Amino acid sequence: MEYLIEVENLNKTYPGFSLKNVNFKVPGGCIMGLVGENGAGKSTTIKAIVDLIHTDSGNIRVLGKDIRKKGKEIREDIGVVLDGASFHEILRAKEIGKFMGKIYRNWDEKYYQRLLKTFTVPGNKPIKEFSTGMRMKLMIVAAMAHHPKLLILDEATSGLDPVVRDEILDMFQEFIQDEAHSVLISSHITSDLEKVADYITFIHKGEIFLSEEKDRIMEEYGIVRCRPEDLASIAPDMIVGVSRGAYSCDVLVNQRERVKQQYPDMMINRIKLEDVLLFKVKGDK
Amino acid sequence: MNIFISNSGDVPIYEQITSQIKDMIMRGELKGGDALPSMRALAKDLHISVITTKRAYEELERDGFIHTMVGRGSFIADANMEMMKEEQYRKIEGILTEGVRLAKSSGISCEELQEIIQMVYEED
Repeated sequence: MEYLIEVENLNKTYPGFSLKNVNFKVPGGCIMGLVGENGAGKSTTIKAIVDLIHTDSGNIRVLGKDIRKKGKEIREDIGVVLDGASFHEILRAKEIGKFMGKIYRNWDEKYYQRLLKTFTVPGNKPIKEFSTGMRMKLMIVAAMAHHPKLLILDEATSGLDPVVRDEILDMFQEFIQDEAHSVLISSHITSDLEKVADYITFIHKGEIFLSEEKDRIMEEYGIVRCRPEDLASIAPDMIVGVSRGAYSCDVLVNQRERVKQQYPDMMINRIKLEDVLLFKVKGDK
Repeated sequence: MNIFISNSGDVPIYEQITSQIKDMIMRGELKGGDALPSMRALAKDLHISVITTKRAYEELERDGFIHTMVGRGSFIADANMEMMKEEQYRKIEGILTEGVRLAKSSGISCEELQEIIQMVYEED
């Protein structure tokens, strides 16, 4: 399988926070969600991938090449939207097209205009009059108009209403109609990723604790609701996390079917992606 | 072609797709040679993962319901009535197993059970 992003043993230490041995790969033709609470290390990881920060150690390959050596070349083939980054307020979309055309060799003005139209972003209005959703759509359109092979986005759907989020997910799925394309998107809104993502990578306190096909996570994980005294009877290798309540005890397991067979009387429910995160974070405290 | 995906049910999404396409074949709504949407297009239209549609198509291919040609797409295979019947047998067996289990646990004999089936069959 061909990977568009390969992160190997990435380490980066800041005072009070560090990325520890981050490993994951983004295959071609997919959408991968990078999921974690605020401050888990999503943005740091993304910045390291696009070579915006120095790393302490590790290898990062983007489109098969070392970004620290071939950065200029690689940037022609990737589109990046960073959290909080925006064009200047007084600019209009059509002016942005003009200067982006000077930055990217492959800038496709016609395609840019068409994307603006498809996603109803006004070309002639200064950005300061844009809604939050419109701003984000413009950022994404501008990141796509030079025909990148890879889109990397940090928190592109946070703060947006469900209608705009849905439109943006459409943009991503349209983008990966080409099997050579992939999207890496970080988010703490897991419901968006629950729909369209192919792979999910969970990060917590600077460490990846799960990177897996989304379908597999949704199918194989489950939450057992039992009495605290039943907890000991569940094989420890299946238990991912435990959350103790006043009246019952919730256990996140990674082999739902096995639990079902072994303990037919226990109540076992399907999970949402955010459950994995919640159990991990709570279990840690 | 209509496909309805339920996110709440206990049935995995790929299975919802395979069973609905099979049903359409059996009802004659999809015929041998009909083109299916590409895996990627279907994933986009249903707002689901490509891996899900890929798995659905792979299972349909494995069971002989469709065939996929690289670069050309996926097509409905010529109907194999034997195979369809086989599939239905399996489904019926699954449902009846449940009934037999219930019958056994409540002391209902095989003859009585057959009577019930007879009755239900004729009622319909």
